[in-house]
Amino acid sequence: MEGVSQSSFTLPSDSNGVIRMRDPANESGNSTGGGSSGTRSSENSSSGFSRRAFLRGSSAAAAAAAMVARPETASAQKANQGAEVVSGFKTITLSVNVQKHQVNVEPRTTLLEVLRYQLDLTGAKPVSQDGSSGASTVLIDGRPVMASTTLAIACEGKQIQTVESFGGAQPDSAPVAFVQHDAQQCGFCTPGFVVAARAFLDKHPHATEEEIRQGLNGNICRCGTYANVIQAVLSATKGG
Amino acid sequence: MADIQYTWPSKEKASVLGHSVLRLDGLEKSVGAAKYTYDINLKNQLIAQALGSPYGHCKIKSIDIAPAMKVKGVVHVELLRKAGDELQWNGELIAMVAAESEGAAGEGVAALKVDYEVLPSFTHDENLEEAKKRKLTTKAGGKVELQNEPGDDDDEEEFEAAEIERLFKESVHVVEGYYGVDAIAHCCLEPHGSTVEWDGDKLKAYHSTQNVSGTDEGFATALNITSDDVEVECNFIGGGFGSKFAADYWSVAAARVSKETGRPVKFMLSRDQELKIAGNRPSGYINVRLGADKNGVVQIWDSHHWGTAGTKGRGVSQSVIPYVFRPKNFRRLATGVKTNTVGSRAWRAPNHPQACAMTQTAYDDLAAKMGVSSYDIFLRNLENISSRQTADVYRRELEIAAKLMDWKAKWHPHGKGEAQGSIVEGMGIALHEWGGVANNSSATIRIHPDGGVESFCGTQELGTGTRTACAMVVAETFGLAPTDIKVHIGNSKLPVSGASGGSTTIGAISESHRRASLNALAKLFESVAGKLSAKAEQLEAVGGVIRVQGDPAKSIGWREACGSLGLKPLEASASHKRGDKSSLSSEGVGGVQMAHVAVDRETGVVRMKKYVAVQDMGLVVNPVTAESQIYGAVIMGISYALYEHRLTDPATGAFINSEMADYKLPRIGDIGEIVVELFEPEDQRQRGVIGLGEPPVISPGAAISNAVANALGVRVPVLPLIPERVLDALKAGKA
Repeated sequence: MEGVSQSSFTLPSDSNGVIRMRDPANESGNSTGGGSSGTRSSENSSSGFSRRAFLRGSSAAAAAAAMVARPETASAQKANQGAEVVSGFKTITLSVNVQKHQVNVEPRTTLLEVLRYQLDLTGAKPVSQDGSSGASTVLIDGRPVMASTTLAIACEGKQIQTVESFGGAQPDSAPVAFVQHDAQQCGFCTPGFVVAARAFLDKHPHATEEEIRQGLNGNICRCGTYANVIQAVLSATKGG
Repeated sequence: MADIQYTWPSKEKASVLGHSVLRLDGLEKSVGAAKYTYDINLKNQLIAQALGSPYGHCKIKSIDIAPAMKVKGVVHVELLRKAGDELQWNGELIAMVAAESEGAAGEGVAALKVDYEVLPSFTHDENLEEAKKRKLTTKAGGKVELQNEPGDDDDEEEFEAAEIERLFKESVHVVEGYYGVDAIAHCCLEPHGSTVEWDGDKLKAYHSTQNVSGTDEGFATALNITSDDVEVECNFIGGGFGSKFAADYWSVAAARVSKETGRPVKFMLSRDQELKIAGNRPSGYINVRLGADKNGVVQIWDSHHWGTAGTKGRGVSQSVIPYVFRPKNFRRLATGVKTNTVGSRAWRAPNHPQACAMTQTAYDDLAAKMGVSSYDIFLRNLENISSRQTADVYRRELEIAAKLMDWKAKWHPHGKGEAQGSIVEGMGIALHEWGGVANNSSATIRIHPDGGVESFCGTQELGTGTRTACAMVVAETFGLAPTDIKVHIGNSKLPVSGASGGSTTIGAISESHRRASLNALAKLFESVAGKLSAKAEQLEAVGGVIRVQGDPAKSIGWREACGSLGLKPLEASASHKRGDKSSLSSEGVGGVQMAHVAVDRETGVVRMKKYVAVQDMGLVVNPVTAESQIYGAVIMGISYALYEHRLTDPATGAFINSEMADYKLPRIGDIGEIVVELFEPEDQRQRGVIGLGEPPVISPGAAISNAVANALGVRVPVLPLIPERVLDALKAGKA
C-alpha cells in the first residue's frame, strides 16, 4: 500500500472546494455549453486538468485499479504498466462520523462502496461513476469530496463525515433548512446536496443568493428542487 | 348509522387542507436515513451487474462466460440472451454477473467474451426522407375536420384538398414552419432495479417502482408463481417520471439469480444503462401551415408530424395536434419512424409537451409575422380550443401571468428588442391542459383505544409528498395534526392503490383516505355519543376534541373519546373507483406559463431570466408541496428546452451521451427566477382535488422557444435550443 501515499491522491477542486473530474467527452459530446457547468469546465481547463492527466498521475495505478471493471479504462491501465500495481484485500481503519471502523478493501474499492456496503451508511448515493452528479458528496477533513471517485485506501487517517452525522436529536441546520423550504422531492440527490450546502455555508457563511447560484453547481437534481434549495441555503446563511 | 356526506370542509373551516404542511419524511430524506431500493442491504447479498449490447443493431455470434466465472468473487453468470439472438438497440442486456462485491461484478462483466455481427442501424429520427428511403416509416393516423361538408357527388379527398386550399386563400395571414423536439431520457437519479430475496417459494422484492400495488403480478407471471407469493416494497423511490411501472426483465432476472444461488441479490442498472434502456420520451418533428383571419384567429391548420418511440415507430399521438388551440378546420397527419432505440416509456404528460412545442410555436410565429404581441394572439385564439379546462380560466390565468411577468411593459415585437452588446432578450407564452383524474385507491384507517391513528394504503411516495398528503386528509377529518397520523404506504400487501402516473395519485389517496376516515369517524361517534349525551350525527371532530355541534362546551378529548372503544381498535376502509363521480375529486386543468430569456447572439447561449407558471388544480391539498412540484416541472421543462437530448452515433447506432457528465441537465445556476402562482379561486376549489404532476411540465418547451424567437427575430426550430442550433438559425435567418 506504500505505493499510494495520501498526499499524492489530490484532485483539483472548484471554487467550492468540490473535487471533480473532467471528462474530455464532456466538451465534444453534447454541444450545450449554455449552463454554468460550462463555466466550471473552463475554470478547470485553466488548471490544465483532464481525466487523462489524472490517470497518468502518480496515483495512476490506484485510479486505474478502481475503474478496472470498466472496459473504457483498460487502455489507460495498459498505458501505465510501468507503475506499481497493488492488489488484494487489506484491512484498514477508517474514521467515519468520529467512529473508527475496520474495513476490508481492495485498492479499487471506493469510499462510497465501503460506506454503503460495509458500514450501511447509505446517505451518499451512487448516481454517477464520474462524480458529476454530486450525489455521493461527503466531507473529508471538512472538505466536500465525491465518495464515488475517492478510493477508500486514500482515506486512512482522515476524518470522514457523512450526511448521517447531520441527523440525530439535534440535526444540523443545513438539513433542517432543506426541510423547512421543501428543498427535496424524491430525495435521492438531497443528502449529497445537503453535505455540499453545509461545506459551502462553512466557507461562505454570509453568501448572497447569487453566490449560492454560482457555488452549488456540483449537484444535480432531476426533480427540479433548485429553486427551493436556493431558499433553503439562503435561510441558513448568517444573514438569512 | 346516519348517511355520511363525503365532502370537503369549506376553505374557512379547513384546519389542515390548504395549509402548508412540511413533509413528514423530510428530515429522513435530508439526513440520509430514508432507505431507497438501492440502499437495501440484505445479509449475505450478492451484487449483480450486467453487460449490454454496444451497438444499435447486432447479432450475437457467440458468448463465452468462462472468463467471467474465473474472476475472483464472481458467483454466478445468468444469460439473458443467447448466440444467434438479434439485438435491436444499444444497451439491451445480454448477461448478468452476480458477485461478492461491486468491483468483482464489474470485473466479471468486463471479462465476458461476446462476439457480435454488427448490422445496419438507423437512429436519426428527424431525417424523414432517409427513413422513407429505408422503408422505416409507418402510418400513425390522422384526422381532417372541416366546417363545410362535401356534396353527395364529391370525392371526399378531392373535396378536402380543395376546401383546405380555399381556406388558405381566404386567410389574411399564412405561416409555414418547421418545429420539433428531440427524444430525451428519463434519467432517474436512482436507476431502475431491485434487491430481491426468496423465503422458500415466496419472493420479496425491494423494487424501485411508482406502482407498488401493481408490480407483484409482473414478477409472479415471469417466475411462474402467483401474486400472493410476491411482496413488493418501496418506501422511497429515487425518481420515476413515468418510467417505473413494471417489474422489468432485469429485476426478474435478479430474482432468478437469487433463486439459483440461494442468496439475496441486488441489481441496479448502471448510469449508462439507465439512460439507454430504462425510459425515453418520443421525439416529434412537424411541418405546419396555418392560415388566420385579419385578427390573427387561426381558421385552418394543416400539419404532418413524425418521430420515433423506438423499433415500432409510433411517435407523438396525432390526437393532441394542434395542441389546446383547435381551429374549426384542420388536417393533421402523423408518421411513425422506426429506429434502433429501445421502446419509449411514459414520460410526464405523455404526448403533451411535444404537441405543445409543435403547435404553440407556430401560433407564436403568427404573432411575429403580424408584428403583434403573442399575448394578444394567444388570447384571441382562445375562442377555438379543445381542452379539459375552460377558455375563461385560461383568460384569467393569462392576466395573472402577464402581471407577474410585467409582460406589457417588457414586451417588444419579435427581433426588435434593444441589444446589450451581443445579448438580446425576449419573452414567450404557452398554455396547456391535462386530466388528473383520481386513480383507483383503497385505504384502511385504524383508531386505537389510546388515541393512536394509523392509515394503510398501497400507494407510493414518488417525491410529491404523498405520505404527508395521506396524513393531512386523515388529520383534517379527525381534527388532529398531520404528525398524529402514522402513515403506512409502499408495500404491495397494503390495500390496493393505483400506480402513480398521469397525475392520478393526489386525487386517489384523497378519495380513499377521506372516505375511510369519515367511515371510521362515524363509528367513533357512535361509540362516544352516549358519553356526551348526544346523537352520533350531532357530533364533530375539531381541534383535538369531539364535541356536540353548536354546543362546544359539551366536548371530550380525542384520546378519551377513543378510550370508549374498549380494548379493540376500530377499523374502517373505503375504496374509490377511477371515473366514479364524486364531490371530492374531479379532472381537467389548464395552466399558463411565460418565459423571459437572454440570448447571446455571438455564442448562441440561452440563459433563463424569469419564468412564470400559473396553475389551477382544483382544491389545493398542500400548497408548499404543490408549489415544489410546479417549480420542479418548470425546471424539468427548462431542461428539455435548453439542455438535454439523446445523441446517437450514425455509424453504430449507439447512444453516445449516456453518462451524467455528457447528458446535460440544468444545474442550480441555470434556472433564473421562477415565480409560481397556485390558481385556486372558489369556483376551482369547488371542483375538488385534481392531479398536478403532469400539467406544469407541458408548456416550458413552447414558452422558452417562443421567448428565444422573440429575442432573436428568427425561430430556432428544434428543442433543445443548444448554442449550435441557435447560431445555425441566426445564420439561416440572415441568408
